[in-house]
Order: sequence, then structure tokens, then C-alpha cells
Amino acid sequence: MRLVDTQHVERLRTLATAIRRRDLQMVYDAKLGHIGGDFSDIDILVALYFSVLRVDPNKPNNPDRDRFILSKGHSAGALYTTLAYRGFIPLDELNTFAQPLSRLNGHPDRKKVPGVETNTGPLGHGLPVAVGCAVAAKIDGAAWRTFVLTGDGELQEGSNWEAALSAAHYKLDNLTVIIDRNGLQQGDFTERTMHLDPLAEKWRAFGWSVREVNGHDYAALLDVFDQLPFEWGRPNCIIAHTHKGQGVSFMRDRPAWHHRVPNAEEYAQALQELDAQGGEHGSAL
Amino acid sequence: MAQLYDCRDAFAAALEEIATNDLRICAVVNDSVGSSKVANFGKRFPDRLINVGIAEQTMVGLAAGLANSGKIPFVCAASPFLTGRALEQIKADVAYADANVKLAGMSPGLAYGELGPTHHSIEDLAWTRSIANMTVIVPADPLETDQAIRAAAEHHGPVFLRIGRMPVPMVHDDDHRFEIGKAACLRDGRDITLIAAGTMVSRALQAADLLVAEGVQARVLNMATIRPLDTDAVLAAAVETGGIVTVEEHTIYGGLGGAVAEAVVVKHLVPMRILGVPGIFAPTGSAEWLLEHFGLTAQGIRDAALELVQAKV
Repeated sequence: MRLVDTQHVERLRTLATAIRRRDLQMVYDAKLGHIGGDFSDIDILVALYFSVLRVDPNKPNNPDRDRFILSKGHSAGALYTTLAYRGFIPLDELNTFAQPLSRLNGHPDRKKVPGVETNTGPLGHGLPVAVGCAVAAKIDGAAWRTFVLTGDGELQEGSNWEAALSAAHYKLDNLTVIIDRNGLQQGDFTERTMHLDPLAEKWRAFGWSVREVNGHDYAALLDVFDQLPFEWGRPNCIIAHTHKGQGVSFMRDRPAWHHRVPNAEEYAQALQELDAQGGEHGSAL
Repeated sequence: MAQLYDCRDAFAAALEEIATNDLRICAVVNDSVGSSKVANFGKRFPDRLINVGIAEQTMVGLAAGLANSGKIPFVCAASPFLTGRALEQIKADVAYADANVKLAGMSPGLAYGELGPTHHSIEDLAWTRSIANMTVIVPADPLETDQAIRAAAEHHGPVFLRIGRMPVPMVHDDDHRFEIGKAACLRDGRDITLIAAGTMVSRALQAADLLVAEGVQARVLNMATIRPLDTDAVLAAAVETGGIVTVEEHTIYGGLGGAVAEAVVVKHLVPMRILGVPGIFAPTGSAEWLLEHFGLTAQGIRDAALELVQAKV
């Protein structure tokens, strides 16, 4: 265990609340988005972008940067807001989300948005591309690392398991998959739709080194990221246990909030809850 | 009898040669080391041959990741599985994301003959050509295959190439220079134009020979780039020869014939015939037998051309 800097953790938590607040406003204004999944993964994104990834918003194409791929591309709102707070795009630009000709499409486009590494949206695409990035780094003997965030329902796509085989075969210890294990997919709970458990055992059986963590606990997240690579010669899998809609009581763990847009009353209540968590005080670190 | 060639040999030789000088060149395969003829590539550049096993979606996605990390991957796999199984990866990870990936569809068309419609790749041109940001190339002989591989490597952006295993004669002189987006006029004529690609080019040239006996002078265009289409060459053919026959080892829907028809309809309407597989799954038969069966022969092209010339009058 590394000594956790409690002040830093508190800053990340406040920042994440601010990002949730801004993302909610964006989705409310655009009348479009996937707020439930966004709130599920924002703590992971904040931990990555503000404590783990070696990236520089001023040099988004630096060949030595760490790569982050959002496989659950429908969570673009969370990614855009995090990228904006990290300085990759102007905060004001979030107002253009989903508007005609905006760079901020409903799913991320690497040709338009600095910091986006590949175009996602259809599920099961991120991990194969991430494996390619990690193989390239191995060929070059480069130190940069590749991270990919997948949904859990998304793991029903067979392409993930093809890629999981490849990553283990090529001993990609420079690759980390983070699974946003909120237990929900668009229509229902994952376990009612198509069983994924026992999930950790599946990844272990595929040759990955697996850790499980509370995906909303910054101290735990930073600690687990700090241990990378978990084992030499094995790809890393972090199963992050999360709650869809985390941060707003009436969205939390509710399948309906996959891509529902709040009405005025719900919006006001959600803002109130986030503000009570200090959301209005967050700013870029 | 002219010497016949398997274009995969030229493909493999060209790939090895450019990989010698350019460390960014990689080969990505789906257990298709033998059928793509990249075994020697793997011996020479073991860390740059990535075999994902029988997993086409990961093959193409992984190639996009390599490309976005500075490599120039050539994905080498049987065309029906590369394009059919991984079409969404081709669309999203490669074309839409503008990943610098080269997709080499091996043994396309009816090459797998008796193995049947699951293994025929007669939709690949329609699928790839309809995706934005794709360049689609069908080389006709070993010389053009060699040049097309080099051109694809130098071109920044997604490219789909059809690499045939059907034996073909050399149709180009040594001074041929393949250029992406440019048709090659292999024979001039004023009465009609035969536009062909890949395996069909040599047959179109033979058909033009047969047409001489009927007093018909046919122009023969090798349309090696299906997208972007050389619309200037198509327009000139329409204006100067008044009729066009297209011929391809592909379904008649959405391939070369479709592309030419789209240009003709907009630019200068002339009568056309589109030769190919007529929208059905092929019956059992060898590749050569199937080509005969569908009239994709010198005689079949001649007959269609003659009928069109006579209809024009």
C-alpha cells in the first residue's frame, strides 16, 4: 500500500463532483446523452487523467504518451468533460455537445477531439485496438502504457474475448483493461440479461492478472493503479465495482437512467444533490 | 500460352521488400500465414508478424491500434472473412478513425470455387467501396500488385486491396506505372469500352481481340482503383465510344459495374452491360468452371459487347 495523500484524494473527489455537475448540465442542455454510465465511470476517469496517465494536453499526439481508450463510447459526455477539465479542450466547448457541426459528437472521434485515441460507439471495439497499441509499444520497446475502459454489459461482445486471448498470448503487461462493473446494461441488469459472473475467474482463465476494486474509492483506485504491472508478462485487468448513476440518489443503480435525460425537476434535484457534495467548488487541478 | 502467375507471390515479395527498409511495416494475420504467403516475412521480421489466431475482429481492431501508434500494418486474410466478419471494425476502427491500415483481402471473388458461397468473396468491393474514406484497389497482374502494395504503403489512410490467387497472365508492359485513382487504357478503340478489374482484365483484352473479327474496335480500361473511381476515364469512354461493358469477379450489385454506372448516369448516359455474378449464391464448381458458368470469359464478354454495339445502332 502506498501512503495515500488524503488531501489529493479529497481534491479528486471534489473535482469528480464538479465534472458530474458539468456533464449533467451538458446532457440536460443537449437533451441527449448517457448520464447513468457517465456517473458510473467518472471517478475512474478522474483517477486516470489526474493521477495515472502520462499525458500532456499541450502535446496530445506525443508519441510517448500513455494511451487511454474509452471502449464504452456512449460515455462520451464523461470523457469530454474530463478532457475539458484536464485542458485538452476548452471548457466552453462543452456547450456545443451534440450541436450541429460540433466536434463533440454523441460518440468520440479521434480526428476531431484531442486526447481521443480511437473512434468508439459500437461495443467491443476498444480492447482490440488497445491490444494493437500495446503490441506497437512492445515492438518499439517503449515505456508508454495503454489503458482501456470497458463497460460490463459490453463484455457480451465476443471481440473482447478474442482480444483477451491475444493480449495474454503477447504477454502485454503494458496493457490494462478497467471494467466498469456497475451490473447494468441498457435494458436490465447484466446478470438477468446474460450472465457475466464469475467475471474475475474468466479473465484469470484467459491469462490476465486481475484485481477488484471499489470504482468510486479514490484511495483504493490509486493504490491499485500504483501496483501496475501486477505481474510481469501478464496483461492487467481491474474490475472496478461501480454504481450506475453514482452521485445522484434517484439515478443510482436504476436501469432507466442508461440514457434518460432528466426533466427540469429532476435536473434541479440532481444539481442540488451534487452541490451538497461540493460540486460547485471543483476546478481543474 | 502465356505464363500465369499467382498475385500473392508478388504481394508477399513486395511486402518483404518494403518491410526491409521501413520498420513501420507489419503484417497482421488470422492464422493465414500460409494462405497469405507471409511465412517468410515472419522468418525475416518475427516481431512484425502478428498472428491473432482465428479472430478477424481483433485482427482488424489490433491493426488500427498499431496504425494509431505509428505502424503501417498490412492485414492479410482471406477476403470473405476479413471483409465479412470484421466489417464494423473496418468501418469504425479503420475508415472512420482514419487509421493507416492496409487491408489485403486474399483469394477474393470465386477463387475458393468448390468450397462454396461461404468462402466466395463477391460482396467485398460493394462493402468496402460504400464506406467513407476507403480506397479500394484491385490489381490485375503481378507487376501491378507489386506497385499497388508500394502505393498503398505510401498513401496515408485506409486501403483495401484484393490480392488474387486465380492464375493470371501479365497484362501490363514493364513500363506500366500504377497510380491510385487512375485507369490504365490497355487498348484503344472507338466502338465500345470494356472496363475490367483484377482477373477479368486479361479476359477483356482477349474479348477485344475476338471483337476485331466482328469489325468492332473495343477500348479496354483496367480500372484497378474502384474507389476513388477514375470518372474522367469513364466519361471519356462514354463520350467517345458510346457504350460500356463492365466485367468483374463480384456480384453485379455495387461493385465495379455499380461504380461505373453511378458515374455514367450523372455525367453522360450511355447503354451499359454489367457482367459479374448475377445476384445469386454460386452453385458448386471450381473457380474456373464458375467463371465460365457466369459468362466471365473472353467469349462471354465478347458476346455482351457485340450485343450492346448492335443495340446502339
